[in-house]
Amino acid sequence: MKGYLTLRPGKRLSSFHLHRKSIWVTVAAAIATLAVAVISLGMGEMKVSPLDVLKVLIGMGDEQNTLLVQQFRMPRVVVGMLVGASLAGAGAIMQGVVRNPLAAPDILGVSGGASVAAVAFLLFFETVSIKWLPPVAFLGATLIMFLLYALAWKKGVTPLRLVLIGVGIKIAASAVVTMLIMFSPFLLQNKAILWLTGSIYGVSWADARMILPWTIGLLLLAALMARRVNIQQLGDDISMSVGSTVQRDRFFLLLICAALTGTAVSVGGEIGFVALLAPHIAKQLIGPSFGSALPLSAFIGALIVLIADLIARMAFTPIDVPVGVFTSAVGAPFFIYLLYRNRNR
Amino acid sequence: MKALLSNTYLKILGVGFFLLLLAYLSYASLVFGIVETSWHTAIDAFTQFNGTNEHIVIKEVRVPRVLNALAVGMCLGIAGTLLQALTRNPIADVELFGLNAGAAFFVVVAITFFGISSLTQFTWIAFLGSAVSGVVVYLLGSLGRDGMTPVKLTLAGAAITALAASARHGMMVLNEKSVDEVLFWLSGSVGGRKLEFLTAVFPYMIVAWIIAFLLARPIQTLLMGDDVAKGLGQRTMMVKLAAGATIVLLSGSSVAVAGPIGFVGLVTPHLARFLVGIETRWVMLYSGLLGAALLLAADIGARFVAKPAEVPIGVMTALIGIPFFIYVARKGLDKG
Repeated sequence: MKGYLTLRPGKRLSSFHLHRKSIWVTVAAAIATLAVAVISLGMGEMKVSPLDVLKVLIGMGDEQNTLLVQQFRMPRVVVGMLVGASLAGAGAIMQGVVRNPLAAPDILGVSGGASVAAVAFLLFFETVSIKWLPPVAFLGATLIMFLLYALAWKKGVTPLRLVLIGVGIKIAASAVVTMLIMFSPFLLQNKAILWLTGSIYGVSWADARMILPWTIGLLLLAALMARRVNIQQLGDDISMSVGSTVQRDRFFLLLICAALTGTAVSVGGEIGFVALLAPHIAKQLIGPSFGSALPLSAFIGALIVLIADLIARMAFTPIDVPVGVFTSAVGAPFFIYLLYRNRNR
Repeated sequence: MKALLSNTYLKILGVGFFLLLLAYLSYASLVFGIVETSWHTAIDAFTQFNGTNEHIVIKEVRVPRVLNALAVGMCLGIAGTLLQALTRNPIADVELFGLNAGAAFFVVVAITFFGISSLTQFTWIAFLGSAVSGVVVYLLGSLGRDGMTPVKLTLAGAAITALAASARHGMMVLNEKSVDEVLFWLSGSVGGRKLEFLTAVFPYMIVAWIIAFLLARPIQTLLMGDDVAKGLGQRTMMVKLAAGATIVLLSGSSVAVAGPIGFVGLVTPHLARFLVGIETRWVMLYSGLLGAALLLAADIGARFVAKPAEVPIGVMTALIGIPFFIYVARKGLDKG
């Protein structure tokens, strides 16, 4: 087993094979994410040098920089990373379960379901604490996921029918959101329109605290299911014959996927194509094994959102372009490329 | 499947029925709304105009609205028939294939970068936009060994729509001055448009309708398959190009008048085929009439769903059309 690192903690009880290349690629991605985060923290109307940002981060910066970095810029960067990681995780799970390289929660309307629920929550339950937003968005995503699955079910679900019906559901969801916006007061209207493109403009520490436990917990849960995703990728027949509980696993995995999507949408809105891009890049780099592709996808997702947000913030100052504009501008051509590459399937 | 109206006599009677239905819906659209009026007021507005609020509403708001809905509905219905025949695809629609998004994107570019604001220019730009996106989607959808499939076309349409939409959003954020003008375009509505919008593009619509009906017979032949059509001596490329150009004319002019409105053209050809069978001429005529009726009805509905606000009619038609889309996607694709 060249290229693998074997760990046997406790000598007898357990052992892990770690793919050496995966480890160093993941570490590199993590370092790149951190580096971009530091640069992003320093950029803006007032520039702070990366060195000063690092000083602030370890608690040795001067007062003005500390205020600027910690209070104003950090929430946005942290939320961007969390949202990107959640989306990438959701995309990785979905591509594994649906076994279709074109599948992603935003293309299949799952993000749309989450935003319907989130906008409705903001509109009709103004007085309820905002803390409930992620679970509500999660609920919306889950319901849409089941609706999609049920509608696509006809003696089993074929990936193509799933995608086709997903496209329809996505359009319906955005129609419903537009309708809800019509009902809403003017102040909410602007926010809701941003929602549809995906933006992390004006987020606060409260937002970051709100989604942090969800993102971390759900990604860990997904990592625990890694073995099962790997088996799912082989197809129903093989996974059943090696003793996997295919339908139950698929149910749980899609549930985690919906939850991750809901988490991301509850703060960032529908940031398009991150969930499609990140897992593809990860798999190109280190191969399809889910256990190593998941963490790498998460870092790459975070990196994509961070870079896109940095461009969105800086390219046209003082105007803040929604980050979703940039992710779609990169993601849609990539989607077309995938369409081209899978043309004979 | 056996058609509901099986002989010519019944079909003509059916057309008469739909004309009556359209007349009734037009009447309802004139009279009902936020300002309630009555039939007498509506007649008086033309015969004895006295400048009261009701009369102004009817003359300046409601009448253009009815005419817009009729013309645009007709265009969308016919465009849907042509598109479904041309791509041999039961789930073809101008919205799904990104034609609307392309037209809207080009209009936004024109406003933002070239400061264009004249009506005739908008129209031509909308034509150009739907033509470009239509060609791109068609090419992307035809990639691969098994040729054009509904799934590939739909996905290509979704990708082009996403791309056009994100570019459009970006430009709108950058250029706040254009937002008002553009939002007006993007909302997709037959109301709030002056009659000049319609009169500016009406000649194109008429031309497109006439070409569409002239094309009905060649398309009927084409539906039997490219090889058969060629064997019968048809120049298939010419027919396809003409049909494509007509679709662009129809969808471009309806976007120019009413903004992006989807799914009318998806639903009506199916209903029309259910009523009159597969003969393209009749399907086209019925699809046009049904399109007009559907759009008028959706427009009346849009006034009442969120009273006193108005739901964009594009939202209404999407909500009507999507369940239908899913139904067809489930049922129709196993055969082809």
